Amino acid sequence: MKDIIRLDHVTRTFQVRRQTIKAVDDFSLTIHEGEIMCLVGESGCGKTTTGKMITGVLPVSAGTILYHGQDIAKLRGQGLRQYRLGVQMIHQDVYASLNPAHNISEIIASPLRRHGLTKGETGTQARVRELLQMVDMTPPDDFLDKYPHQLSGGQRQRVSVARALTVVPSFIVADEAVSMVDVSIRISLLNMMSKLKDAMGLSVLFITHDLALAKYFAWEGKIGVMYLGRLVELAAARQLVETPHHPYTQVLLSAIPEADPEVTRKKRTIQLRSMDIPSLLRLPSGCSFHPRCPRFLGEKCEKIVPELKTTFDGAAVACHAV
Amino acid sequence: MPPTLAVRDLSIEYKARRGRVQAIRNVSFDVERGEAVALIGESGSGKTTLGLGIVQLLPGTAAITQGSIVYQRYAPPAPYTKPVAAQQVEVLKLQGGALRQFRWKECAMVFQSALNALNPVLRIADQFADTAKAHGYLQGKALQDRAQHLLELVRLDPARAWKSFPHELSGGMRQRVLIALGLLLEPQLLILDEPTTALDILTQRNIMDVLKDLRQKLSFSLIFISHDLSLAAELADRVATVYAGKVVEIADVHATFKEPTHPYTIGLINAVPTLKGAKEDLTSIPGSPPDLIELPSGCKFHPRCPLADQLCQEQEPELQAISAGHQAACWHWKLAGEALSRFKASENRA
Repeated sequence: MKDIIRLDHVTRTFQVRRQTIKAVDDFSLTIHEGEIMCLVGESGCGKTTTGKMITGVLPVSAGTILYHGQDIAKLRGQGLRQYRLGVQMIHQDVYASLNPAHNISEIIASPLRRHGLTKGETGTQARVRELLQMVDMTPPDDFLDKYPHQLSGGQRQRVSVARALTVVPSFIVADEAVSMVDVSIRISLLNMMSKLKDAMGLSVLFITHDLALAKYFAWEGKIGVMYLGRLVELAAARQLVETPHHPYTQVLLSAIPEADPEVTRKKRTIQLRSMDIPSLLRLPSGCSFHPRCPRFLGEKCEKIVPELKTTFDGAAVACHAV
Repeated sequence: MPPTLAVRDLSIEYKARRGRVQAIRNVSFDVERGEAVALIGESGSGKTTLGLGIVQLLPGTAAITQGSIVYQRYAPPAPYTKPVAAQQVEVLKLQGGALRQFRWKECAMVFQSALNALNPVLRIADQFADTAKAHGYLQGKALQDRAQHLLELVRLDPARAWKSFPHELSGGMRQRVLIALGLLLEPQLLILDEPTTALDILTQRNIMDVLKDLRQKLSFSLIFISHDLSLAAELADRVATVYAGKVVEIADVHATFKEPTHPYTIGLINAVPTLKGAKEDLTSIPGSPPDLIELPSGCKFHPRCPLADQLCQEQEPELQAISAGHQAACWHWKLAGEALSRFKASENRA
């Protein structure tokens, strides 16, 4: 499989009151064509920043991001246009990401017109209907004249997906795309996205804080776990959930309650050495997880940043204790 | 023993430009002494309205159109300091000072936007002092000792938290301060609205452990409102499923998850991905929650229900007994469990 996006030692820093915050630190990741990659982590771990760098909304501070093998920072002209259209984003907040003054038809038609992707107004209208059908908003005529406020959260997110698909992208960044949608309809949204992914050969970077959801969506894909700006574990989705290696991944999985009283009440939570999440302004030395890590080894963890290493079963783990 | 809280035939409406929003329709349920009841359902199902109705904090556009709420105060057990006698209170008839004394002293609520619920310009110490003063509770050193004991129970460093301003604390710490503050006046009933929403996994786990711990150490009843089924599985003794302003199923937590009988409860359980579950077990509920102004005819769930027939379209089912302590409002509850439950489905596969 060919790579579509490759992050090579990417770092992103922010300046806050003359102090430097490392939001993403020395992050490398390859996503292949047609692959689903989930990034999981707690708030502030850098998963959204990573998504924004991949879509080109935020420049990198160091390192390179390659799209089909080309550095996105050096793209100009036709190459830049192809990248911009090829990588699309679906946002978390469905109440803020659609223009409230435009109706659904306008929202979906304007990228088509702007990029000259359809022939004439009849072509545009036909394509708008086709896109609405692709996201299961049927019959499309019921929705064309509606405004975002007249739709439910789930329907709005479908419009967002349809809008992202107008420009026939090959890569989609979905940042917490279903976390604001009701539980009962999350699965149908994810199923719709999987179906479209298969039909259009899309690659998806799915950013979420919910490991169970990540496992479901990335069933055949991979999950990467981030902690304070670094990738700590990367493995096939089901493998990561069933046999996690990194102590942080293990702690996360042990802490998640299950929707089954018998299972969840028997579950043993792995205790952290400290509940406090370190400030990004004063990151711990060595492995940034060491002050909380239940498998802390001493000096080695305090001094040396662990590299991502491949284990016997093919997972990549950044930990001295594994 | 009468229940701590008995809600009967409660209906709450909001006035809106388009008409009347029937947020709560004819709801009855009990909260026994020391029991934890979870109210689960989707956004807009009326869960929060129900919570606000119990503490009489509904906004001006809302009106309680019928029903009663009876609160039973018990003489508190040993570690409690309040010298009160057992008493029965009609909550909806309380007014003025009596209502103010009911709120917080008898029944405290921790609101959903917990992160904004603290006064940003007051230290935590002053927020405790304000509450104590307004309700004529302990003062000075005695108050400080009691508050710091509570802060310790919610696993905060009392010395540090006491002097902090809210912005100096993380989201999880603020949520725990609010739980401690909610328990300050030794209420018998605590209502938590979405206590773990918008918190990270490890922080959520911490809050859940704190709540379990508190329930063991202090004997209070708990109502918690959540859309998160796993939280209910973890903490609740009983679960009430709310749909379109009505309790459609109420049962012991084990029965809710193992033998659900209302198609909506089953649908919710089947829609939540679990870490262990197989992919094919998950299905979502078709359609979306109803408009509470123009409710569908008959059973309000019928447009989304796979078992709906003529009867469901015409008549709304009331809660009926399924087994001891288990009630559901569905015409086809006998079929529903077998036909829809994923536990049954995976048993059949095996």
